[in-house]
Amino acid sequence: MGLVVDDSRSVRKVARRILEALDFETAEAVDGAEALAFCKAAMPDAILLDWSMPNMDGLEFLRLLRREPGGEAPVVVFCAAENEPAKIAEALDAGADEYIMKPFDGDIVASKFSMAGLL
Amino acid sequence: MTPAALDFLSELVRARTGVILQNEKSYFAESRLAPLARREGHESVEALLTSLGRHWDEKLAAATVDAMAIVDTAFFRDREVFEHIGRIMLPTLAATRTDGVVRVWCAGCSTGQEAYSMAMLAVQVEEQVPNLKIDIIGTDLSQRALEKAHSGIYTQFEVQRGLPIRLLLQHFVKTGDMWQASERLRHAVRWRQLNLLEDRRSVRAFDILLCRNVVRYFDPVIADRVLEQMAAALAPDGFLVLGAGETTTAPSLARDETGPDTFRKTPAQGQAAA
Repeated sequence: MGLVVDDSRSVRKVARRILEALDFETAEAVDGAEALAFCKAAMPDAILLDWSMPNMDGLEFLRLLRREPGGEAPVVVFCAAENEPAKIAEALDAGADEYIMKPFDGDIVASKFSMAGLL
Repeated sequence: MTPAALDFLSELVRARTGVILQNEKSYFAESRLAPLARREGHESVEALLTSLGRHWDEKLAAATVDAMAIVDTAFFRDREVFEHIGRIMLPTLAATRTDGVVRVWCAGCSTGQEAYSMAMLAVQVEEQVPNLKIDIIGTDLSQRALEKAHSGIYTQFEVQRGLPIRLLLQHFVKTGDMWQASERLRHAVRWRQLNLLEDRRSVRAFDILLCRNVVRYFDPVIADRVLEQMAAALAPDGFLVLGAGETTTAPSLARDETGPDTFRKTPAQGQAAA
């Protein structure tokens, strides 16, 4: 199961199509709070995670997720517009497995998922 | 593009590089040559080729071949190949070299991603094999590809193809919208323009020779001739690595089943060289 977390409906739609092409059953969440509720109910295998979102941003979600029971398990791939090395390092320190800088395409997602051991 | 223009281009590229353009590459040729055609003041790629056919201009012909010869590539292309090199080849070779120097040749290195991948791999392996010193040379036919390789500057899109994010942060510096390979990486690789079709005698013996996704575009007879020359440039216990699914019938080379797309010199070749 793959979870796409992004406040943009069009990004979620594109990401869902890419994940489904990689044979992931895919769910969507519009922000970190919704994603966290989803994870508490059913831990996904993979999470494609935006950074800036209303309510709860990606970084805060990730920190809370990693403290949840079973929250270490999902492979988390950030997919965000932030592309400064210091910001990326912050995301990795918070427990991200890989990082995609937007804009992205199917090849990049497949390449990063494969590096993160998902494919 | 008319079939005549495409034929003219195909013959030019085949004669200079040994590469056979497929018919479906018309779109590819258009996209590769459009900037050159614009720069040279031609209204289309076809006009450029027609003009070149009528009034031969060596510099323009070379620029045309150069633009066609830039190959799309990625960092750590075919990850299992690099895992094998890092786990088996580099430690094995470093242990048997008195000076610890492992000589690597990336033949057909295009814009440099493969050679820089080797340099990053060497930094990783050095942690376990402290006496390892890696000497990397990247060669390509295309001067423009080499200029980019030498600069080490890649777009955000390019650094996301095959390159794990931690290696990006470790080895690249963000400069504006682009990412540049660190000074350490850039110092690890030397670049040289080389046409693999030219006859030459290599004075150096390479321990690892990467010639990946190059010979598949060659006429098979030419491919084997090129690979025979490469076998002669290999150390007796060296490794030649081809691209995924590429193979050769060159008599001096035999498949090494222990590694992906890996070949070694046949014993006969070793004796003949001795």
